[in-house]
Amino acid sequence: MSPRAAWRLESFGFTEVYHYEAGKLDWIAAGLPSEGRDAERPRAGDVARKDVPTCSLDERIADVRARVRAADWDVCVVVNEERIVLGLLRHDQLDKGEDEPVEQVMRPGPSTFRPHVGIEEMARYMIEHDLESSPITTSDGRLVGVLLRTDAAKAANKLREQHEREHEP
Amino acid sequence: MPQGIDRDEVQRLLSEGAQLVEVLPREEYEEEHLPGAINLPLRKIESEAKTRLDPTRPVIVYCWDSA
Repeated sequence: MSPRAAWRLESFGFTEVYHYEAGKLDWIAAGLPSEGRDAERPRAGDVARKDVPTCSLDERIADVRARVRAADWDVCVVVNEERIVLGLLRHDQLDKGEDEPVEQVMRPGPSTFRPHVGIEEMARYMIEHDLESSPITTSDGRLVGVLLRTDAAKAANKLREQHEREHEP
Repeated sequence: MPQGIDRDEVQRLLSEGAQLVEVLPREEYEEEHLPGAINLPLRKIESEAKTRLDPTRPVIVYCWDSA
């Protein structure tokens, strides 16, 4: 649709016309600000915890485990130097091994979600699929944070209560 | 020929005063749009582009995705 619009504008004499190819979906998925009725709706990216521990592929699992537990976390995201998500260490993986590199024990290629997904949708999905935590990434795979199921459910409940109050007779 | 650009380039052009146009129907625009965008659905471009846009400034158009 927008390429046609761009061409039509040129035909009217507009000399500098650009087409944002990836469009609104890309913008919202990147967690950039937006306007409109749905712009304030809480999303996965808003509720995700940005302080989740991260580690690299070649770290020793025992070192990572100690660091993660000391920070009172039960999950760690494996990233590269560009913060691209490569794997995930949940409870089960964190408990495995001593000298092995993270690469050998991590869950590779974990499912990730985009920051723009509504928090009610995320809470429903995580409950249905029994996911305790989910990495949230930009469309190019960069880590935004980790969404905990408890946080998602709490935010979704709050939203529902607010909606019910607003629609009370 | 209109030039395809990415998100970084959109931000750069906006900081330099480009105009931003969402060509989706009004309902979708009202739900959510990029900051500062005006709504000019494809069918209205014919009748409204010349009055609502400044032809001397860059214009960026977008819809949902590359379709």
